[in-house]
Amino acid sequence: MAFINFLKPKNQLEEGGRSAAPVHQDDGEPEKTCPNCHKPIALSRLWAENLVCPCGYHFRMTARQRIATIADKGSFQELFRQVKGGNPLAFPGYDGKLETAKTASGEEEAVLCGTASIGGNKCCLFVMEPGFMMGSMGSAVGERITMLFEFAARHRLPVVGFTVSGGARMQEGLLSLMQMAKTSAAVKRHSDASLLYVVVLTDPTTGGVTASFAMEADIILAEPGATVGFAGARVVEQTTRKALPKEFQKAEFVLRHGFVDAIVPRNRQKQYLTELLSMHQGG
Amino acid sequence: MSQVPYTRVKLARDNARPTGLDYIQHIFQGFVEFHGDRRFGDDPAIVGGIARLNGMPVTVIAIEKGHTAKERSFRNFGAPHPEGYRKALRLMKQAEKFGRPIICLVDTSGAYCGIGAEERGQGQAIAENLLEMSTLCVPIISIVIGEGGSGGALALALADQVWMLENAVYSVISPEGCASILWKDAAKAEAAAASLKLTAEDAKNLGVVERVIPEQNLGKTMFYDHIRELLAQEMEMLSRNPELVSQRYDRFRQIGCDGVTG
Repeated sequence: MAFINFLKPKNQLEEGGRSAAPVHQDDGEPEKTCPNCHKPIALSRLWAENLVCPCGYHFRMTARQRIATIADKGSFQELFRQVKGGNPLAFPGYDGKLETAKTASGEEEAVLCGTASIGGNKCCLFVMEPGFMMGSMGSAVGERITMLFEFAARHRLPVVGFTVSGGARMQEGLLSLMQMAKTSAAVKRHSDASLLYVVVLTDPTTGGVTASFAMEADIILAEPGATVGFAGARVVEQTTRKALPKEFQKAEFVLRHGFVDAIVPRNRQKQYLTELLSMHQGG
Repeated sequence: MSQVPYTRVKLARDNARPTGLDYIQHIFQGFVEFHGDRRFGDDPAIVGGIARLNGMPVTVIAIEKGHTAKERSFRNFGAPHPEGYRKALRLMKQAEKFGRPIICLVDTSGAYCGIGAEERGQGQAIAENLLEMSTLCVPIISIVIGEGGSGGALALALADQVWMLENAVYSVISPEGCASILWKDAAKAEAAAASLKLTAEDAKNLGVVERVIPEQNLGKTMFYDHIRELLAQEMEMLSRNPELVSQRYDRFRQIGCDGVTG
């Protein structure tokens, strides 16, 4: 839970009292130790830098924090919030997991969808939520994404998406798997209407999300250091019994192998997306 | 006779079960195999080509596991690499060009989890198949003949109709994988198999497959004759359907909607 706590907005984190384990408060200023450079960094500074350490390490952020860094102030209008998941297979323990995820993340599902403007360019926006079962895709996530692409096609808007996902949500079995087909078909219809779809892959983007809408954008961007892959690294290691190459499944590795257009640090993303959207006016 | 789900998993994985090539040989006439994805290589785990179905030219694509140890090793135990999915897509596009219906035979524990597979974009290859198959303007029928292992199976199953053999299974994750993630204990696979609702009957109840093919004559001539007749009849119907592509969209569009409110 420590990590989930850390992802909460600043005020909740400070008021909550359940401060995350890595946070020190020696001099009254809360700090966080960077897992990359191992140096402490003041939380206030981390928030000011959109959760990027001076060494370049990108901490995970909640969907709402991300929207705040990307969308023009006050422009995000959430859509499809009423679309919520259930436990269609009566999978043991799933009801409890959903409740825990809702409490921990403050969200109803693992993706937020809506309209927004980015640097004055109107678009549809989806942002996945790592605090909700690590962004896994069940029926509700698939439905929200599909509805967003259909909405975008109807209103002739581009789609900008941020992925973070452990893959298809196994507690919904085949219904989760079918969301890969359903979302892909919606992306294709949007694409066939000559409309732009830009995705930013963030840490981690794996499994069924990689094998569907994460890899179907016209322009695929990634955050530095993000894990992007289909199979989990441990599964690959166990299957092949081979040492994994350096940076295996990191964004830089995926770019070198030709599956990502560019790696864009968080503090440049808004400007980058603004440029891309403005160059695709009318689409 | 009803079986516990994990028994079905074991039956679906049985080495003695007919594989993709057995179906191709017995159902179709004059199969001509085509190799390669024109990008990187040829994946022996996926076999594809053209053949006749009761005289009608069709494109057939099958995931092949092999029977003997040597064959199974050559076929990578039916775990395709990205080039396998890209070969399949190439042949499906070719089928579209020449107006041929497509039949896919699915039998895989999953897309291969390897270093090369990741380097060559396993996720992207599957995603591209899903994207393109959703609008191919020729009929597609996919049959899960053994294991329908997650995205690696779905990459050949975005179809107008999906059928399953009685003892085939179709799942988002293997029961062993599910048990080890959820309960840190792969031995609980039996319980996971029951919870995942992965049998043909479950898949039909969930609206994921249209037809379950009985297995009492599995491997016998009349078994293949039955499937050939079913395929020929259904392809005849689908070929005359002007709403094919939009109905394929709707087919997948409604899956999972019962589980969501709003």
